[in-house]
Amino acid sequence: MPPSITLAINGRPISVPPDCTIASALMRSGVPTFRHSVTGQPRGPLCGMGICFECRVTINGVAQQRSCQTLCGEGMEVETDGH
Amino acid sequence: MVTEQPVDVLVIGAGPAGIAAACEAAASGCAVSVVDDNPDWGGQIWRAQRREGTEPQAALWLDRIGRTGVQLLRGTQVVGSKGPGELTAEREGEICSLRYGKLILATGARELFLPFPGWTLPGVMGAGGLQAMVKGGLPIVGRRVVVAGSGPLLLAVAAYLRKRGAEITLLAEQAPTGRIMRFALSLPMSKARQAVALKRSLLGIRQKNGCWPVTAEGSDQIESLTLTNGRRRWSEPCDYLACGFGLVPNWELAALLGCDVRGGRVRVDDVQATTVADVYCAGEPTGIGGVDLALLEGQIAGLAAAGRIDKARRLFPQREKARKFVAALDRAFSLRDELRELAACETIVCRCEDVTHGALRPFTSWRDAKLQTRCGMGPCQGRICGPVANMLYGWSCESVRPPVLPVALSSLAETYKSRDKL
Amino acid sequence: MSGPTYDGLPGGRDIRTERQAGSPSYDAAIVGAGIVGAACARALAEEGRRVLVVDSHLVGGGATGAGMGHVVVMDDSPAQMALNRYSQLLWNEVADELPAGCEFETCGTMWVAADDEEMDEVRRKHAVFAEQGIETFVLDRRGLHEAEPNLRDGLAGGLRVPGDSVIYPPVAARWLMDRAREHGVELLLGATVVEMDGRGLQLSDGRRIEAAMTINAAGNLAPQLTAGLPIRPRKGHLIITDRYPGFVHHQLLELGYLKSAHGSDADSVAFNVQPRKTGQLLIGSSRQFDSETLDVDPPMVERMVARSLQYMPGLAKLSAIRTWTGFRAATPDSLPLIGPHPQIPGLYIATGHEGLGITTSLATARLLVDPLLGRPPAIPVEPYLPARFLPAT
Repeated sequence: MPPSITLAINGRPISVPPDCTIASALMRSGVPTFRHSVTGQPRGPLCGMGICFECRVTINGVAQQRSCQTLCGEGMEVETDGH
Repeated sequence: MVTEQPVDVLVIGAGPAGIAAACEAAASGCAVSVVDDNPDWGGQIWRAQRREGTEPQAALWLDRIGRTGVQLLRGTQVVGSKGPGELTAEREGEICSLRYGKLILATGARELFLPFPGWTLPGVMGAGGLQAMVKGGLPIVGRRVVVAGSGPLLLAVAAYLRKRGAEITLLAEQAPTGRIMRFALSLPMSKARQAVALKRSLLGIRQKNGCWPVTAEGSDQIESLTLTNGRRRWSEPCDYLACGFGLVPNWELAALLGCDVRGGRVRVDDVQATTVADVYCAGEPTGIGGVDLALLEGQIAGLAAAGRIDKARRLFPQREKARKFVAALDRAFSLRDELRELAACETIVCRCEDVTHGALRPFTSWRDAKLQTRCGMGPCQGRICGPVANMLYGWSCESVRPPVLPVALSSLAETYKSRDKL
Repeated sequence: MSGPTYDGLPGGRDIRTERQAGSPSYDAAIVGAGIVGAACARALAEEGRRVLVVDSHLVGGGATGAGMGHVVVMDDSPAQMALNRYSQLLWNEVADELPAGCEFETCGTMWVAADDEEMDEVRRKHAVFAEQGIETFVLDRRGLHEAEPNLRDGLAGGLRVPGDSVIYPPVAARWLMDRAREHGVELLLGATVVEMDGRGLQLSDGRRIEAAMTINAAGNLAPQLTAGLPIRPRKGHLIITDRYPGFVHHQLLELGYLKSAHGSDADSVAFNVQPRKTGQLLIGSSRQFDSETLDVDPPMVERMVARSLQYMPGLAKLSAIRTWTGFRAATPDSLPLIGPHPQIPGLYIATGHEGLGITTSLATARLLVDPLLGRPPAIPVEPYLPARFLPAT
C-alpha cells in the first residue's frame, strides 16, 4: 500500500496518494471553487500547468500560490478564499 | 543565494525538445543542466510518463536522458536574466544563479482558450489541463466529461481520460469531417498506423466533427455544455469540460532575453539559433509542431550548442519532413470563423482582471486596452487573454516585462545588499 | 477686461482678441495627450476654445501610464506645496464625477520616520501643513504600528496626511480627454510632431496645423520640440504585486523620499508603497539619470526591493507580477514649467513635473489657462514660469 499524505484543507484533514497536487487534493475534498475573481465569480483551475493562475490558494499561510504546481506535503495547511 | 555550477549548456524546459537537446549536448561532451518548474521530466505532453510509461517514444528518451546523468533542476522557475551567460531562478523560495555558455530555450506551449459564455465556470478546463489535473491526482472515475475544441490533442486526452475511468459523453471537434478525412488519407504509413491505433482506443466514444461549444451552464461549476454544429444546438450534461483549441508558443522568456519574436514565434536560423548570441530555441516556441518536430529541433539545437554543426545538419531532412506534416495538420484543424463570434458582450476575456469582450472591443491596440482596462495586467501576464485578443481583435500582443512569471518579491532582491543605512 | 493676464509677463500674449478673418484653424494646439495635455485641453475647451491635441501614441501612454498615481501634498518648497495643494483641491472637486476605473481613493499618505531625527522632521512637517490649513496627525511608534501593522517594529513613528489620495492615471487622463472631447476638442493620435512654434505644429507627414497658440505638454520629449528646455528624463522603476487586500492602508513614504527626489543626481531609491483599490500593491521608488532605455535594470530593482523590505519585511513573500520603468520629466529646481515661452510668442510650456505630474495636472491647466482668459490665477504663477530658465528677448 503506497504511503498516503495527510494535509488540511480549510481546516479539514484529507489523505491523498503521493504525487498528488494541491489542486487535485482540493477537488478530491469536494471543493470546486478555489477562489473568487475580481468581481466575485467562482473560479477553479483552467490550464493545469501553472500559467493561468486561476488555481491560487493559500498554502501554509502564504497567499496566491498556484495549487496545480504544488505537490501535497505532509501536514500542509491549505485555505481557499472562503467567501 | 545559491550559485549552481556553471555549465556549458543550460536547457530551459524538460519536455521532449529540452530532453532531446540535453541528450545531444551531453553526448557531445558538454556539461549540461536542465531547468523545469515541474517536479519531473516530461514537460506537458510527457507529464508523469516516468511513472506511467505508456508512451514508447517518451520511454526511449527518458531512458536516454537518465543514462546521460544530466541533472534536472526540478521545481525551478526562471526569474530573469542577470546579463549574458547568467539567469536567475527561484526554487522553494530560494534564488539560484544559473551560469552557462550556451542557452537552449525549450519552453514549450500552452493551450489556446477561446471564450464563450460560461467558460470561466469551475470544471471548465483545457483539454491538456484536465489531463494534467488527472495525472496530478484528480479522481475522474465515473465522471462525465465532454472533450471539445480542436486538434489531435483532444483524441489523446479523451483516450487517456477514458482509460482512467472517465465517462466521455462526447468528443467534439470543430473541424469538419471532410477536412479531417482528407488529412487522414494523406498520412504517411507511420503516422497512419498511429492514427489507427488512436482511433481504436477511442472506440465506443461518441464523436462528432464540425461542432463546437456555445455556452457552459451551471451555477458554481459546470453542469452542462451547449454545443452547435451551425444548424442546431443541443446540450450535454457533464461534470467537466476539457476544452482546447490548439496550442500557443511560450515565447515570453525568449522575448525577455531579447530574442526576436514575430507573430508569437521565436525566430531561429537553420541550427535553431535565435537572434541573441549563444541562445537557441527548440520545439513549440519556434512554432507549434508537436512532439516529432520538437525532438528534431531539440537535437539540432543541442548539437549546434555543442559545436557539432555537421551532425546537426544531418537532421535537416527529417526536420523538413516533420514541418510538412505539421503544415498539413494545421490546415486540417484550422479554426473556423464562428469561434471568433462565441463571446458575448458580458463574456470575460481577461480572467485575471474580469475584463469583458464588450469592454475590450472598442480599443484598437493591446497597449491601449491594457492601460485602460487592466486586461493582460494580471498574474497570467496576458498568456491566456493575449492570444484571445489576437484572435478576436487582431491585436499584436507581444510586450513582455520581467519577471517572466510572478515570483516572490524577495526573489527580485536576492544579491543586493543595501548600502542605504536605515 | 479686468484682471491680470500674461500681457505684462515676458512672452505673454493676449489671445482673446485674436480671432479675425483668415484666423488660424485652432485656438490652441496641444502636443502631448498625457494627463497634463488632457487637463489643459479640458480647461481650454470648457471655456469654449477650439482645441486640437496631438500625440504620437495613446492618451496617457507615456509617463502618465507608467507612474504611481499619488495625489499628494509635498512640502519641499512653498511653491511646490502651493501647486500641489491647489491641484489636490481641484481633484477633490471632481472626485465624485470620476468613473470607477479611475480608482480614486482618499486613503491618505503615511510619512514614515525611522528614527528620532526623522521624527523631528515629522513634527516640522506637521507644523508646516497646519499653517496651510492641511490636517495631519503625528503618530508615535505605537500609533504607526496600529495604523500600518505590516511596517516593521522599531520605526519611530509617522505623519498621517488623511487628505491625500491615489488614482489610476491612464483612466484619469482618458476621463479628462473625454470631457475635453465633449466640448469639441479634437484628438489626433498616431501623429508625430516634428516642429512647433507659437503659430502651429509641423507633423512628420508634412501636414501643418495652424493655431493661435500652442502648448508643449510633451513630457520628456518637450526639449526636442522646444530647444533649451531644461528637462532631463529621470528613470523610475515600479513593481506591482498580486492582490493582498488590507496589507497596506495608506500610501507609505519614507521621509528620505524627498532627499531621493530632490537630492543629488546619483541613483537613488526610497521606500514608497501604494495600495490600489484592487488590493494590489505598487512598490517604488527609484531615480536615475543617464539611463536612456526603458529596460528594467535588475540592480535598481534589487535596491528598491531591498529598501522596501527594510521597512516592510512582510513584502518578501508577496507575489510580484510585473516590473516596469518610466521617465519622469525633471527640471533643475524640481518645479514644473508652466506658462509662456519668453522668446516665442504663442508658445506655452506645460511640462517638467518630475514625480508630481498626476497631482499637479489640474492646477497646471488652470495656471496656464486662467491668465489667458483674464482671470486671476488662484496662486502666483511666477515660480513656474519658463522664463526663469529661458532668457527673455
